[in-house]
Formats: sequence, C-alpha cells, structure tokens
Amino acid sequence: MVRTIEMQPLSRRDILGYAGTAAFAAVATSLFPQAAHATPASADAAIKELIGSAETMAGKITVDLPQIAENGNTVPIGFEVESPMTDGDYVKVVHVFADENPAPFVASFHFTTASGKAKIATRMRLIKTQNVIVVAQMNDGSVYMAKTPVKVTIGGCGG
Amino acid sequence: MAIAKARIKVPKSVAKGEIFQVKTLISHKMETGLRKDKKTGEKIPRMILNRFVCKYNGEEVFACDWSTPISANPYTAFYLKASESGTLDFIWTDDEGSVFEKSADIMVT
Repeated sequence: MVRTIEMQPLSRRDILGYAGTAAFAAVATSLFPQAAHATPASADAAIKELIGSAETMAGKITVDLPQIAENGNTVPIGFEVESPMTDGDYVKVVHVFADENPAPFVASFHFTTASGKAKIATRMRLIKTQNVIVVAQMNDGSVYMAKTPVKVTIGGCGG
Repeated sequence: MAIAKARIKVPKSVAKGEIFQVKTLISHKMETGLRKDKKTGEKIPRMILNRFVCKYNGEEVFACDWSTPISANPYTAFYLKASESGTLDFIWTDDEGSVFEKSADIMVT
C-alpha cells in the first residue's frame, strides 16, 4: 500500500514517475475543484481491503476534526460512533483513512462491549488538504462511513 | 531501540457501571519511513509503534493498529466501562517487536 514518494511538492518528474491512476486522480483533484470529493483509488482500495464488499451507509458517526489544520504533523482527530455497546449491538472496529496521504490507512480502533462507548481522540499526520474518512464496522456486519474535508496549511509526514 | 516513556491518566475511583475516560501518551518519534537523511540522501527506515492494546484485569478491552500517519508521541484517549477494581495494562509494540508496558490501578466502588 505504501507508495515510496517523497513528501515534497509535486515536480513534473514525480508526476511522470507515479504514472498510476491514483496519482493522476490526486493531481486532477487539485486542478479541478469540482472533483474535490472524489476518493483517490489508493484510498478506495485500502478501504475495500478492510471492509470487503460491504455497503457503506451514512450516519451514526460524529467526527471531530478542525476545518483548517495549521500543522499537518499533529492534526487532532476525534470520533464517536452511536451505539449502545451491548452484547447484541456494538461497534467492532473503526478504521480511519486519509485519502491523499502516501499511506492512506491511518489506524484501526478495536472496541469491545467493555468500551462503554466508541469514542476516541488522537492525533494524526496529513500531508495536504484532503478528506479524512472514518469507517465503522458494527457487530452485525453493517458499515457506516463519514468523510470530512480538512484544509492543511503546512503538510506533515516529515520530508 | 527507541526509548519510550508513557503517561497514563485514569480516574482514581469510579462507580460500578460508569464509563470513564483513559488518556494515554507515549514518547516515540514515529519515523514514517518517508523522510530522507539530508546528508546521505538515504531513506530513514520506518520505525513506528504499530499496535497498542489495553487490558482490564488481563482481558483485552481495547486495541489499535497504527500506521505511519499517526503523529509522533502518540496520544490516544478512549473510554472503558467500570466493572470491578483491578489493573489496567497498556502495551505498545513497535516495528522491531520491542514492547513498552505501563499499568494503572483502578478502584471501582
């Protein structure tokens, strides 16, 4: 999944170097704002890998992210998934993706009924302005997804 | 081996059935594997904590799998439901397989 690219502004050579559809999608997104909510193929693939062919639904997830992140190295992110967290109905796992990071997969959080509530606060890196995708898998197999755009002033990831 | 120093914050005592917050912080540079050494131009290999587990009286109650976009000095706040007094164990594992542990006591009234 990890594409070996440097965290630097795109040069012409970089663009030629990727030649992948994912990179093309990323570039196209920045050039054509109307396509800004398209998920790059690499992130899509990363999501598919974890949730399989399950249909994603909207709702149940509240994401707490800044609209503008000044420092891409530490962007505070929090989420809560609505659930009673009982044996019959609980959130199993929540995956977080950043659709234009070199490694779109951020983390998976595994909950149990002992969690009480499926709520997390952590900090992540974002290389540039992009969507953060939170995908929640319930114990009954249903999947919920929330996509939140974040503007990044100074990109993180080092480099 | 990276030196990691962990800090945990849990309430001293909670009522049975109450949901309480657990805050964890561990010092770790979380090297992404994407940076290059400025002098040699060589890639600095990835070196991150890739798993974090919380055990409540020996039972795994919360776990995370982390990838490179988790920030340096990972901070995680999560919740647990108080069932009985005992120990919370926090275990982090890095790419080299080194394990960092810390525990905290919890009193359930």
